[in-house]
Amino acid sequence: MNIHEYQAKEILRAQGVPIPPGEVATTPDQAEAIAKKFGGTVVIKAQVHAGGRGKAGGVKLAKDPAEARAVAAKILGMHIKGLTVEKVLVTPAADIASEAYVGVILDRASKRPVFMVSPAGGIDIEEVAAKTPDKIRRLPVDTRYGLLGYQALELGFFLYDDLKKARAAGAIMQKLYAAFMQSGASLAEINPLVVTVAGDVVALDAKMVIDDNELDRRPEIAALRDESSEAPSEVDARKSNLTFIKLEGDVGCVVNGAGLAMATMDLVKYYGGEPANFLDIGGSSNPEKVVNALRIITADASVKAILFNIFGGITRTDDVANGIVTATRANPLKVPIVIRLTGTNEEIAVKILKDNGFSASADMDEAVKQAVALAKGGKAA
Amino acid sequence: MSIFIDNSTTVIVQGITGRDGSFHTKQMIEYGTKVVGGVTPGKGGQTFENTVPIFNTMHDAVAATGANTSVIYVPPVFAADAIMEAADAGIKFIVAITEGVPVLDMTRVYPFVKEKGARLLGPNCPGLITPGQSKVGIIPGRICTPGHVGVVSRSGTLTYEIVYQLTRAGLGQSTCVGIGGDPINGTNFIDCLAAFEKDPHTRAVAMMGEIGGTDEQEAAAFVKQHMTKPVVGFIAGQTAPPGRRMGHAGAIISGSSGTAAEKLAAFEAAGMGIAKRPIDFVDLIKARLK
Repeated sequence: MNIHEYQAKEILRAQGVPIPPGEVATTPDQAEAIAKKFGGTVVIKAQVHAGGRGKAGGVKLAKDPAEARAVAAKILGMHIKGLTVEKVLVTPAADIASEAYVGVILDRASKRPVFMVSPAGGIDIEEVAAKTPDKIRRLPVDTRYGLLGYQALELGFFLYDDLKKARAAGAIMQKLYAAFMQSGASLAEINPLVVTVAGDVVALDAKMVIDDNELDRRPEIAALRDESSEAPSEVDARKSNLTFIKLEGDVGCVVNGAGLAMATMDLVKYYGGEPANFLDIGGSSNPEKVVNALRIITADASVKAILFNIFGGITRTDDVANGIVTATRANPLKVPIVIRLTGTNEEIAVKILKDNGFSASADMDEAVKQAVALAKGGKAA
Repeated sequence: MSIFIDNSTTVIVQGITGRDGSFHTKQMIEYGTKVVGGVTPGKGGQTFENTVPIFNTMHDAVAATGANTSVIYVPPVFAADAIMEAADAGIKFIVAITEGVPVLDMTRVYPFVKEKGARLLGPNCPGLITPGQSKVGIIPGRICTPGHVGVVSRSGTLTYEIVYQLTRAGLGQSTCVGIGGDPINGTNFIDCLAAFEKDPHTRAVAMMGEIGGTDEQEAAAFVKQHMTKPVVGFIAGQTAPPGRRMGHAGAIISGSSGTAAEKLAAFEAAGMGIAKRPIDFVDLIKARLK
C-alpha cells in the first residue's frame, strides 16, 4: 500500500526525524491561509501515488500567499499519470546547501532490509545506481539486532565528512529504521536529506510503501489508505477480497491464482488480444467471489469479451459455475463470455453451465483464442 | 528417486484442526503421505479423524513421532512463530503453505531456520509432491503421474496447469515443487535445480518463473554453470505493468528490474529452452528427452 508524502512525514516526525513543518490543503483558500501562516516562500506539493511529480508540474514554489493560492488552484485537480490530485502539501521553502539520499528497502537477495545511502540526492536513485554506483553505499540490516550505532555512523560518514553532520544523519537513519519496522514497510526513503544553509540536517521529502500483509495487524497504518487516490474498481475489488488491477485492453479476465492469471493475460497478448485486467479470485471456493468479479469486470465499458480460466484444485469448479449462473441471472451479460474450466468437480460444473445455456472448454489455448476473436467483434472459432 | 520428499517422509501438520489444515490433511493421507501427527495448542491428547495423534507443541509431537517434516496451515500472523517452533523442535524440512505472511517476519525466520540446519519451503506456496509416493501441501494428486521431469515453480495454479499438460502428454514427474510467490522465501530455484541435478531419476526440468526480483536470472546462471540436464523455462507476467503487485507479493516490477524480458534473455543466454506458452513445455521437454 502506498501512503502520501505528508503521511510518511507524520510517521517519521513521530520518531523524531527533523522535518520542516507542513500542512495539507484541499482548496486554494486553505493553501493561501497556510502560506500566510508560514510567511515567506512556500513549496506546494501534489499528494498523489505517482513518481515524477516534479517533472509533471506537481511541485511548485510560491513567494507569497496570493501566489500560493494561484499555484494550488493549478495543481489541485491536475492529472499525474492518470491520478487526480486531491490534496497538496504546503511547506516553507528551505535554503539548501547540499542534498543526499537515504533509503531502506526490503531486499529479496539478502533477505533483509537494506540501507541505501548516497551523497547524490534529490534525483532518481535508480539513475544514480545505474550511472555512478560508487556513489551508493548499501548495508543489509539483521532485523534481530536492528541498525547498530556504529553502522549508522559509518553510513553518516559516507554522506558527510563532518562528525556533527555524520552523527545527525546516523541518528536520522536509526529513526527511519524504527519507522520502517514499526509501520511494516517494504520501503522508506528520504530524498532529499538536506543540509540547510544554517548547517542542520533535515528531511525534505519522505516516501513509504507498506507491505499489504502487515495491514491486518496494524490498523493505524491501514487507516492511512486514501481511497480517493485509487481506481474505484480496485477499491471495490479489495473490499470483495479479490486482487484486481485495471489494464488498458478489452478482454476481461477472471482467473484463480496469481501465476495463472498472469499467464492468462500473457496468452491473450500472444494470440493478438489485449487483457483488460488482472483478476485473481483466489483459492477459496465461493460463488460470491465470482459474482463480485463479474460485477467489477462488466462495469468496465472497455471490456468487449469476458474470459474465465479456472484450474480447480482447492477451488471447486462447480462453485465457479454456480457463481456465473447467479451473477448473469441477476445482471444479464451485454458482452460474450468464454469459460474454460478443468479440475475439481469439472463434470458437475459443465452440466450446470450447459443447463443454463453456457458452453465450457477444457483447453486454455482454445478458450483464449476464442475470447480474443470475440473481443475483436468476430465470431468464436 | 525424487527430491526433498519420498515414501520415507513422515509429516506433522501444524494447524491440523483448522479449516484448511484438516481438509488438506485428509487429502494428503488419501494420497498416501505418512501423516504421523498434528499440532493444535490446547487439543493435545485428542486425535484427528480417529487416527492421527494431536499434540500441544512441536517439541511434544517430534519427541513422540520422530517426524522429519512439517507442513504449516496456520493463519499469517502466527506463521513465523510456527516455522521457528518446527525448526527448534528438530524438524529438518518445513513446508509453509500460509499466504500473507508479513515479509519483515521472514527476515527473522530465515536466519533462524538456517542456523538450526533446517530447510524451509515457502511461505505462500502449494508445497510439493513426489508422484506415487508422498505429497506435502495442496497440489492436487490426480493431475500428477510418476516420471522423470522435475518441476519447480513460483506459482500454484499455473504449476497445476503445466503439470496437467505434461501428464496428459505422457510426461511424468519426479517431484513437483512450488517455491512460493513471496519476496523472501526459504527455498529458491537454485536449491531445487541443484537437487534435481543430483537426483538420478530426474532427466529434465521444467521451471516456471514470474516477474519481480532476480531469482530467475541467478537460476539461469546456475543452469549454465552447473546443470548437465536440460531445463525449459517460462516467465509469467510479460504483460504486467511496472510498479503494481500482481497478486503475489513478490510479483512486482520495480524500475527496469524484474521484467519478463530481462529474465527470458537470461534463459536464452544460459541455453535453456523457452516456453512462450504453458503448452510449449510439452514439445520442448519431449525434444530434450530424446
